[in-house]
Amino acid sequence: MTGLAIEVQGLRKSFGSAEVLRGIDLKVERGRVYAILGPNGAGKTTLVSILSTLLRPDAGSVRIFGLDAVRDAGAVRSRIGLTGQFAAVDEGMSGRDNLTLFGRLTGYSVREARKRADELLEAFGLTEAGKRPAGKYSGGMRRRLDIAAAMLVTPDLLFLDEPTTGLDPRSRSEVWDIVRALAARGTTVLLTTQYLEEADQLADRLAVIDGGTVIAEGTSGELKASVGSGTVSIRLASPEQRETAGRVLRQALNAEARLHSDPAALSVPAADPLLAANALTELARAGIATTQFSLGQPSLDEVFLALTGHHAEEAKGAEGI
Amino acid sequence: MSMSANQANQANRANLMRALSANERPRGPNALSAVGTFTWRAMRGTLSQLPYMAIDVVIFPIIFLLIFTFMFGGAISGSTGNYLQFLLPGMLVYTVTTMTVYIGIAIKTDIDRGVFNRFRTLPFWQPAAIIGTMLINLLSYAAALTTTIAFGLALGFRPEGGFAGAVSAMLLVILYAFSVSWIFACIGVVAKKTESITTLTYVVLYPLMFTSNVFADTSTMPDWLGRIVAYNPISLVSTAARGLMHGDAAAADLLTALAGMAVFFAAFAPLTFWLYRRKTAR
Ligand SMILES: Nc1ncnc2c1ncn2[C@@H]1O[C@H](COP(=O)(O)OP(=O)(O)O)[C@@H](O)[C@H]1O
Ligand SMILES: [Mg+2]
Repeated sequence: MTGLAIEVQGLRKSFGSAEVLRGIDLKVERGRVYAILGPNGAGKTTLVSILSTLLRPDAGSVRIFGLDAVRDAGAVRSRIGLTGQFAAVDEGMSGRDNLTLFGRLTGYSVREARKRADELLEAFGLTEAGKRPAGKYSGGMRRRLDIAAAMLVTPDLLFLDEPTTGLDPRSRSEVWDIVRALAARGTTVLLTTQYLEEADQLADRLAVIDGGTVIAEGTSGELKASVGSGTVSIRLASPEQRETAGRVLRQALNAEARLHSDPAALSVPAADPLLAANALTELARAGIATTQFSLGQPSLDEVFLALTGHHAEEAKGAEGI
Repeated sequence: MSMSANQANQANRANLMRALSANERPRGPNALSAVGTFTWRAMRGTLSQLPYMAIDVVIFPIIFLLIFTFMFGGAISGSTGNYLQFLLPGMLVYTVTTMTVYIGIAIKTDIDRGVFNRFRTLPFWQPAAIIGTMLINLLSYAAALTTTIAFGLALGFRPEGGFAGAVSAMLLVILYAFSVSWIFACIGVVAKKTESITTLTYVVLYPLMFTSNVFADTSTMPDWLGRIVAYNPISLVSTAARGLMHGDAAAADLLTALAGMAVFFAAFAPLTFWLYRRKTAR
């Protein structure tokens, strides 16, 4: 398993006058999990739609396993699976009927399709829900059904567009398990996400997109090295002390504090966990009481701030959402 | 406790890995089996909407037949019995014409649903998605026509062409509905909003139906109007259906009607498929 699963060069796409992708270059090796990180409106869905042959690029080349995604769309489709941002199942039909339908349309006989549907329902923890209409499923169940629908034949390359956005933590970790299982059996996965943590948990490499171009690419380690490995977030017992706390933290961590809309909360990037622990001690010494303290990964917004100097929200630009 | 939770986790993972090891891709379905699959799907959808279907297929045909027979019968033909003999074949056309819109709505609804994107990535003959729905709609046309004829018989309608006349008239009208359905299928693919399809019914279909000879004979109309009415496609089918029903169809009328349908079908079915293939969901 060597070579590239995805190779994109100079990809451009506009909708009317809105330039959504302005020259994307991307290489994804076979068997890897690759994450596209970007805020709402960055063009993630557009990119995934083009890579999965649903949309034609305006310019540039897209090769999937060496096949041209426009000219050989049919051949590409037989190698890939897609789970889009919005559930692509028939809400009026039961989970089992959905999978049977897609199985038939993949080419299985009625019996094989039913068997495969049951197998997938079981593997994705949906056996009991299998008879109920998909429209009545919870967000997490629908997401799993939707991923199962892309697995009737396990694809060589799976696209997952924001697979966990809007899911509760438990459903999110179930989706993560599925991605890990796929990766373990050698499927290449390209997923998009708005969470650095998700990319960090799952992906071998990631690309950050903004304004229609790739602004950073590498392993999540490399990305974090340029952004700071984490963020110290603090809630104070009394909001009046926020200014003092900010000053103390700035000195301890040698970085600018960010004030949140919550008047008692602030956060500061920390290059290393030891420094963070030290900062807490400094706060206590200055007589500042905290009710919450956490060392977390930088949010997408913080990544953006570090990489581009502007907040992720502004990346939407003139096009809106 | 944690041991068994662990075991359950491992069992889950084993299930998952087993399910994910199915990697042998079957040959894509042939066109016929894809159409069959979509017919099954459309059947499911229709059955789940049975109460609404019953309104279109049973209640409306009965109500409209009653209304037109007893409201206009005396005024137009002097007696309701005479009028029913004239009206019923036209009512067949009226009944299915209003139903042809549904194919457009069904297609539009499918395109708007996320499932459309999934269909796009599967290796089947794409027109099957439309044809399956179309076939099930033909069944509901047939059901509505059967209601109309059966209720007409109960009211005293007598097809002079006998059983064969009634059946051939019904087949002709189904064929007509089939050809018109492609216009709406096409509209369903390009429409921006579902409501605009429904609106078309009011601005196009109803005016066409009321300027046809469904309700009144052209010989009773002023010359200029009669000429417009005579060339209305709905009049052409009604005349042909009347002829078949009463066993006095003129070959020329039948040929004109069939040729009109062939034109609709030949123009709009390929156009629908072509547009559908190019369609990208938003
Ligand atoms: N079919 C379309 N027509 C017009 N504009 C579109 C279309 N699809 C996406 N856009 C615009 O392109 C931009 C990127 O959208 P999208 O790819 O959905 O971003 P993301 O998935 O990262 O949120 C947005 O500004 C969106 O409004
Ligand atoms: Mg998106």
